[in-house]
Amino acid sequence: MDQLIIASRKFNSRLLVGTGKFASNQAMIAAMEHSCSEIVTVALRRVDIDNPEDSLLLNINQERYLLLPNTSGARDAEEAVRLARLARAAGCLPWVKLEVTPDPYYLLPDPIETLKAAEILVKEGFVVLPYMPADPVLARRLEEAGAATLMPLGAPIGTNRGVRTRDLIAIIIEQANIPVIVDAGLGAPSHAAEAMEMGADAVLVNTALADTPNPAAMAQAFRKGVEAGREAYLAGLGAQRQQAEASSPLTGFLRND
Amino acid sequence: MQLTINGNVKEYQDQLTVLQLLQHLQLSQERVVVELNREILSADLHIDTELKSGDTLELVQFVGGG
Amino acid sequence: MSFQQQLDLYPQTEIQHKIAGTTPDQIDLALRQQRLSLADFSQLLSPNITDEQLELMAARAHRITMQRFGRIILLYAPLYLSNECFNGCKYCGFSADNIFPRKTLTLEEIEREAKFLRQQGFRHMLLLTGEAPKVAGIDYLEAAVKIIKQYCGSVSIEVFPMDTAGYERMVTAGVDGLTVYQETYDPELYRQLHPYGQKSNYSYRLDAPERAGAAGLRRIGIGSLLGLGNSLSDVFYSGLHALYLARKFWRTQVTLSFPRLCPADGGFQPNTIVDDRQLTQFICALRLLIPDAGLVLSTRESAELRNNLLPLGITQMSAGSCTAPGGYGEDNQDAEQFTISDQRSPAEVEMLLKSRGYEAVWKDWDGAFLNKAG
Repeated sequence: MDQLIIASRKFNSRLLVGTGKFASNQAMIAAMEHSCSEIVTVALRRVDIDNPEDSLLLNINQERYLLLPNTSGARDAEEAVRLARLARAAGCLPWVKLEVTPDPYYLLPDPIETLKAAEILVKEGFVVLPYMPADPVLARRLEEAGAATLMPLGAPIGTNRGVRTRDLIAIIIEQANIPVIVDAGLGAPSHAAEAMEMGADAVLVNTALADTPNPAAMAQAFRKGVEAGREAYLAGLGAQRQQAEASSPLTGFLRND
Repeated sequence: MQLTINGNVKEYQDQLTVLQLLQHLQLSQERVVVELNREILSADLHIDTELKSGDTLELVQFVGGG
Repeated sequence: MSFQQQLDLYPQTEIQHKIAGTTPDQIDLALRQQRLSLADFSQLLSPNITDEQLELMAARAHRITMQRFGRIILLYAPLYLSNECFNGCKYCGFSADNIFPRKTLTLEEIEREAKFLRQQGFRHMLLLTGEAPKVAGIDYLEAAVKIIKQYCGSVSIEVFPMDTAGYERMVTAGVDGLTVYQETYDPELYRQLHPYGQKSNYSYRLDAPERAGAAGLRRIGIGSLLGLGNSLSDVFYSGLHALYLARKFWRTQVTLSFPRLCPADGGFQPNTIVDDRQLTQFICALRLLIPDAGLVLSTRESAELRNNLLPLGITQMSAGSCTAPGGYGEDNQDAEQFTISDQRSPAEVEMLLKSRGYEAVWKDWDGAFLNKAG
């Protein structure tokens, strides 16, 4: 059985789904169901006390989905740690998708604050899944800090541009001893398949599902993309035909005597 | 009694516990996490925690997010 | 996961069986991979490889090495400090079972040897001892390194395994590299070959590179002594070990050696023979498995073979070596650890490298850069 294992917990699905920006809760639930995902991300926000809305939690079956709170909105390590603690107090498992994005335009992760926050949260017993720039050295530092996965970005959040950081993600995958989940920027099932073909352990998609007329159908398409990419990877994609090329053989000396 | 809730200053006539405040705001304990003066207040303490004038509260809940 | 746990994932008889049973078709498929999986690597070790496949593998190993390292060979010299040893390794000339006059260099003698090697051009020296902590232990090594660092910017050690604190002392003294061969990864054979002494502890030796990595050594060399046990599994495990270390200690460069056993004073005859073809195959497979690993070829091998293996992935060579303590400064070379095959002088080796379009590098690191050690 080809399973995704994060912090000793096993998952059959390699597609993680974000719950932001859906037109309705119904659309979100339908997308979650059709994605066959087992991990969904959620965010923490202040309650609008003058106009309280339905809690998202009421709509999500927590038997079926692992709720993965993120720290979106955090601009530095301290804020991220605070948000993670709040999420844990809300009764979630101590899992956190660590996001520290001080830049309000591209929402790019701050590598220094992310590493700082990861170090603190790991010490506090959190299972930390950090959203990160596709930087192989940062990946190694986060792994050393005890991160449970690495979540390098394919392209800036919400851009739907695909695996723009391909070469760097390939290095991260090559070097990592923990799962690599490509997060952000995947806009089409082919992007998800591409990441999986490269050997990524999973992908996370949100905008591409939420910002489409038919989230459920798109979620199913992404599921298939992820599965196809994974199967191709396991089947040994990347094999290239080799041609003998040397005009003067390098191993001729073995046969000369 | 003056309370700062999620950045807004509110006036209340009566003494309130945290639980009573949540009920007054029509928020259920299960959906909301309370931070009182920047310290997380676990749900089982809501019933016994009296609020006093000048307290700052953050009430947060889960919303959609990627 | 500890390295022992990793080893346990690949039981010895199973892996030997798998490698030996690999078909040429499977080798073809493995050769087509951009990056090798461990399964691909194991298949490339197969004795069933054809001449054409070996040539293909050599061409790839050559190309990868050109890409990653260029035409560069780091030259180093072994400096034997002591041949006193309380271990009884069956295959080693320094074994306590062998009766011959033992010698541990005085600090004056060390200085003379270091001066000699410096005059020859060496700026990278590998210090060697047996295992005799009372006469050539950590204190002695610290004193030796202090002297040698005056003549040489980069110092590695190939001595007895230490605990992490010991390796930290070596780093502080200015040592930047460690070589520690497991000899064989077969625990049962290891027990037979190392019947007594500290070295009889298989696990303590197996974990030595990790302790060195934790202590912050910049370069860690491992390998198995070809000829002791089943070379297929031993080379496979060496590759596994190198990958493990490279991933865990990513600030450290891992180097691999593939010394072939030659008869020593104790009269030990190799259990298995690794011929030139198989050695060539192993070197190429290791290069394909770890494109960035340093691959070391010592003067155990003949000048001719070393010339031929040069383009296939080698990055470090010794030259003009003597394996007896004090052997550089005096003629007495009675008590050698093993016999040198390539007798060329360092200058001759450098000339050969030049003629093949390679540049000899005498030192690729100097502790003085750190402005603290040495």
